[in-house]
Amino acid sequence: MSTERKIRILLAKPGLDGHDVGVKVVARALIEAGFEVRYTGLRQSGEAIVQAARDFDADVIALSILSGSHLPICTRLKKLIDEYQLSDRLWVVGGNIPTADHAALRELGVDSVYNTSTSLADIVQAIEEKTREHVG
Amino acid sequence: MSTSDKRFNESGIEIKPLYGPEDMEATRPDAYDDPLGTPGAYPFTRGIHREMYRKRPWTMRQYTGFGNAEDTNKRFRYLIRTGNTGLNVAFDLPTQCGFDSDDPMAQGEVGRVGMAIDTLRDMEIAFDGIDIQNITVSMTINGTAAIMIAMYLVMAEKRGFDFTRLRGTCQNDILKEFVGRGTWIYPVEPSVRLVADTIEYCAKNAPLYSPVSVCGYHIRESGATPVEEIAFGFCIARAYLDEGLKRGMDIDEFAYRMSFNFNIFGQLFEQVAKFRAARRLWARILKEEYGAQNPKSMWLRMIAGGGGSGLTIEQPENNIVRGAYYALISALSGAQTIALCCYDEAYTIPSEKAQQISLRTMQILIEEMGLTDTVDPLAGSYFVETMTNQMEAEMREIMADVDARGGIVELISRGEIQSHVSRQAYEHQKALESGEFRKVGVNCYQVEEERPEVEMHDYRPEDAEAQVDRLARIKAERDNAAVETALANLRKAAEGSENLMPYLVEAVRAYATVGEMNQAMKSVFGTYDEPDIF
Repeated sequence: MSTERKIRILLAKPGLDGHDVGVKVVARALIEAGFEVRYTGLRQSGEAIVQAARDFDADVIALSILSGSHLPICTRLKKLIDEYQLSDRLWVVGGNIPTADHAALRELGVDSVYNTSTSLADIVQAIEEKTREHVG
Repeated sequence: MSTSDKRFNESGIEIKPLYGPEDMEATRPDAYDDPLGTPGAYPFTRGIHREMYRKRPWTMRQYTGFGNAEDTNKRFRYLIRTGNTGLNVAFDLPTQCGFDSDDPMAQGEVGRVGMAIDTLRDMEIAFDGIDIQNITVSMTINGTAAIMIAMYLVMAEKRGFDFTRLRGTCQNDILKEFVGRGTWIYPVEPSVRLVADTIEYCAKNAPLYSPVSVCGYHIRESGATPVEEIAFGFCIARAYLDEGLKRGMDIDEFAYRMSFNFNIFGQLFEQVAKFRAARRLWARILKEEYGAQNPKSMWLRMIAGGGGSGLTIEQPENNIVRGAYYALISALSGAQTIALCCYDEAYTIPSEKAQQISLRTMQILIEEMGLTDTVDPLAGSYFVETMTNQMEAEMREIMADVDARGGIVELISRGEIQSHVSRQAYEHQKALESGEFRKVGVNCYQVEEERPEVEMHDYRPEDAEAQVDRLARIKAERDNAAVETALANLRKAAEGSENLMPYLVEAVRAYATVGEMNQAMKSVFGTYDEPDIF
């Protein structure tokens, strides 16, 4: 149906990590796949991310983290997501994330974790399916 | 020949099955009396020194730094003991972005990807007992480079070293940070001003110190082709030279301290040709465009290294082999300094073992493979010379295109270079996933393997706390009135057009923090807004 709303995804780079090759590649893949993408740019505070997610009315909040700081960042973001009443949105994280930390991230409410060698096709498909499930 | 037989290198230049003297002749650039010349003489295609490695092998400078200054000092000593002849310092992200260790933005990041520096005290501890006259130190820092250079110089001065004899390098290439790597702070214009301030200050006060190492490296990592890496890098280098000239300096007063940092992953012959072409082109730019008289101003002095984007998390031991070829490329290319990525870098901060393998890789080339015995051994190869000619022509074309579209500063400000390389990174990723671009272990010759676990450097929050404690102690002990005065002077100077380095040196001497100095400048300059590139 042509009136169907595109899936809106906010791609964000939290913290000070400057590795943005991957997030930009993923952004292009999502745009090509028909998503409506907003990319925050680097060095975003948690507040800026949830504010952007709310302004954009994002269905998906996606973080790209390669600096190793994913646990402190997501712990802080979890509080803000609750505070901004965004916990019904799909929350995914990609980057250099050790498997050992996946459980802790899930505990915080992260729906999916993608590592640096997940293929673009897999990311696109997984986000699409999960969002449709999520919004019902 | 059917078109499916056509092959191209990563720069998009067609590679023929066979090369002969006619190819060399057909591509011969007419701008030179002798495009090859002799090593150590214009146009330096074969090397910037007459004897090259015969006289002194390349400097081996592995990248390191983590935790606090004490940890890093220990690692420096270890690296020197094992045979490193230079140091390449990694700083943590708060230091790179101008935040003190006690800043909320620094939470969870202190000492994580490099060492934390808040004040001169940290710099003093990090280099304690290191012979910085003979072990040259390279600092990988950009956004806060002017502050770090000031700190390094003051540290050296306090230890009795003479500024005028001090060697060393700072990365300090802010323009490429807007394209890749991302540790920018201020808008483009004041950022470039700060680079020019360091160039001018060092030319006058620390003439052997290299204040800028222009990095094609990260632009390549962000998606540029090998010829674009050099072309964009040279456009950026020219932007800095132009700033130096605007300060009223003569080109020969400062161009000779410009150095470069280029990447080495990719195809072997293309990479060697790239470096030889770059060396010749840079010499020509300096001679013809800038009227340099001193041959040293025409030297393309470079660190060739890294190769991180060529390494894979799949079958990581294969990276040891890749690293050996990358080191070979650098040695065949006449690099002054080589730093190799380690085989485990795709999933962890390099272990000591991996660091040692990288170092031994280079030492094997020197001690066993005869790579230092003769200069530019591939010269005269029909293929390499033809490719050198073709790549130089491509580089010139790209540079002319950048100029025609408004110049590199303008294109970066508009996000056009960023958009271009990121589009190519996307195309590359698709080619990798479709198998069109072959990568061993990734899309061919895969094996069932236990995926190496991504390991982060053990992050100990107590180390960050200790760093914050030290910062608090220094703030309590220092002469805070002197700090206030120095910061006020810095702010005032930033509002005008004076060189900020003397003000930074004063603030550093008073033990002002990185965050305080950054804030003083930020209050005048503001911060950079990333252009939307999608």
